[in-house]
Amino acid sequence: MSIAKASSDNRYTQTEPFFVRWFLIAVALIFLTLFLLLPLGAVFSQAFEKGLTVYLDALKEPDTLSSIKLTLITAAVAVPLNLFFGVTAAWAIAKFNFIGKNLLLTLIDLPFSVSPVISGLIYVLIFGLQGWMGPWLQEHDIKIVFAVPGIILATIFVTFPFVARELIPLMESQGKEEEEAALVLGATGLQTFFRVTLPNIKWGIIYGVILCNARAMGEFGAVSVVSGHIRGMTNTVPLHVEILYNEYNYTAAFAVASLLAFLALITLAIKTIAEWKVRQQLNNN
Amino acid sequence: MIQRKKHNNVLPGFGPSLGFTIFYLSVIVLIPLSALVFRAAGLTWGEFIDTVTAPRVLASYKVTFGSAIIAACINSVFGVIVAWVLVRYRFPGRRIVDALVDLPFALPTAVAGITLATIYSPNGWIGKILEPHGIKIAFTPLGIILAMTFIGLPFVVRTVQPVIEEIEVELEEAAVCLGANRLQTILRVIVPLLLPSVITGFALSFARGVGEYGSIIFIAGNMPMVSEITPLLIITKLEQFDYRGATAIACVMLLASFSMLLVINLLQRWTRRFAE
Repeated sequence: MSIAKASSDNRYTQTEPFFVRWFLIAVALIFLTLFLLLPLGAVFSQAFEKGLTVYLDALKEPDTLSSIKLTLITAAVAVPLNLFFGVTAAWAIAKFNFIGKNLLLTLIDLPFSVSPVISGLIYVLIFGLQGWMGPWLQEHDIKIVFAVPGIILATIFVTFPFVARELIPLMESQGKEEEEAALVLGATGLQTFFRVTLPNIKWGIIYGVILCNARAMGEFGAVSVVSGHIRGMTNTVPLHVEILYNEYNYTAAFAVASLLAFLALITLAIKTIAEWKVRQQLNNN
Repeated sequence: MIQRKKHNNVLPGFGPSLGFTIFYLSVIVLIPLSALVFRAAGLTWGEFIDTVTAPRVLASYKVTFGSAIIAACINSVFGVIVAWVLVRYRFPGRRIVDALVDLPFALPTAVAGITLATIYSPNGWIGKILEPHGIKIAFTPLGIILAMTFIGLPFVVRTVQPVIEEIEVELEEAAVCLGANRLQTILRVIVPLLLPSVITGFALSFARGVGEYGSIIFIAGNMPMVSEITPLLIITKLEQFDYRGATAIACVMLLASFSMLLVINLLQRWTRRFAE
C-alpha cells in the first residue's frame, strides 16, 4: 500500500509532517533490524555456513537427537499439565466471584517475575542431596535433581502462568450467559463446558499453548540449574546448544539453534493468527 | 456491561476447579518458593548479611541493576517509537514487523545469547564495523546492556501499543480546534496519556532484565567485579556446592523481584484508571 493512499484514508485528521513520519519509520525499522532481524538472520547464516551436509550431520549426531527427544518429552509433560491447570483456574476465576481473587491472580503470575535461575534453584533446595528431601530420596534411590524429573519440574514452573493468564481475561469478557442458557436447557456441566465454553475459548487456548510450548522447549536458565549437564542424558536442546558453543563447535551449535529459531518463527505465526481470531471472536460477541 | 450475580451462581464446578487451582499452585509454585525462604532463615543474620554484601556480590548487583536500568531506558525510547509507528503509520511490511516484535518472547534465550555474541564479537557482522572505532560490545558490560535491551523490547511495545490504539481522535481534534499545533498536541495531550503505560513498560522491561540469564552469559564475558551478573553468581555458588551462599543471594533477588511485581501491579492499575 502506498503512503499517499494510506494517509488519505487515515482516520486520524492530524498527523506529523511527511519527513517526520518517514524519519520515525526509519528509526523504528533500523532499530528492529539491528536488534531482531539481524540476530535471526545470523542464526541461519551461521548454521548453513559450511553447507547443507555439515548442517544435517550436526543434527543427526546422537547427542543432538537425544537432546531433541528429551526436549519433546519435557514439553509433552509440562504443556498438558499447565493447559489443564490453565483451563481449570480460568473457569474458577472468570466464572465465579470469591474473596481473595486478586491475590490468587497475583500468585499465578509469580513464576514470570522470578529469575529463571531461582526457578531452578528452588528445586535443588528441595530435592538436591543437601535439600529437604535429599537424604530420603537417596535412600530410596530416586533421582529428581540432575535428572529428567527435575528438568520437567523446572519447566512446569517457568511455563506455569501462560495458559491461565491468556484464558482468564478472555473468559471474563465472555461472561456466563451462554453457559447459563445451556444449563437451563438441560445440559450437564461437562456438556456445557465442551459444547459451549470450549468453542468460545478455542483460539485463546491455542494462543496460550503455543507460547507455553515455546518457552517449555526453549527454557535455558532454570533447566540449566537442575540438569547437571550430562551429555546425551540430561541435556535439552538449549543446553546442548550451549555445550556445542562452548566447545567452539559453532556450526553445530548454530545448526541446533536453528531448530529452535524455526520453532520461534512458527510460534510467532500461529500466535499472530490466534490473536487475530480471538479479536474477531470478541468483536462478534 | 455483563451483569454479575453474586449469589445463586448456577454454573457447576466451582469447588473442584478452585480446589485444583490452589493445590497445583501450592505444589508447583508456593511450596518450592517458600523452601528458598526457609533455607535462608536457617542462616544466621550475620552470615546472611556478610554473604549478600560481599564485594563481589555488591559488584554484581551494580552490574545487573545498572545494566537493566540503561536497557529499560533504551527500550522506553525506541519501544514508544516502534509502537507509535506501528499504530499510526502505514508502510509496506507493517504486519510482519508487528509480529516480529515478539521474537524475543519466542526465541529461546540461549539462541539469542550465542547469536548476539557472534554478531557483536570483534569479527562478527556488527562487531567488525565497530572494532576499528574502538567500540567493543561483546565480552564487555555493554554486551549485557545489549542482551537486556533485546529481551526487554517487546514489554514496552506491547504495553504502550494498545494505549496508543485507544487514544480518542476527538482529543487531538479538540486540541487543534483550541489552536494547538501538532507539537503542542503531542506534548500536552498525547505524552500525558502515554506516560503511565511507558512507565509500566519500563518497569516490566527492567524486571525482566534483572532476572535474565541465558541471553547474557554468552555475551557478557563474565568477569568477576566487572561483567558478572547476579544470576550467574548464584549458579557459580551452586557449582561450588555453596548452597548457603546461593540461597542468601537468591533471597535478595527474590525480594527485589517481589518489590518490582508490587510496583508493576500498582502501575498497571494506574494505567488502567488512566485508560478509563
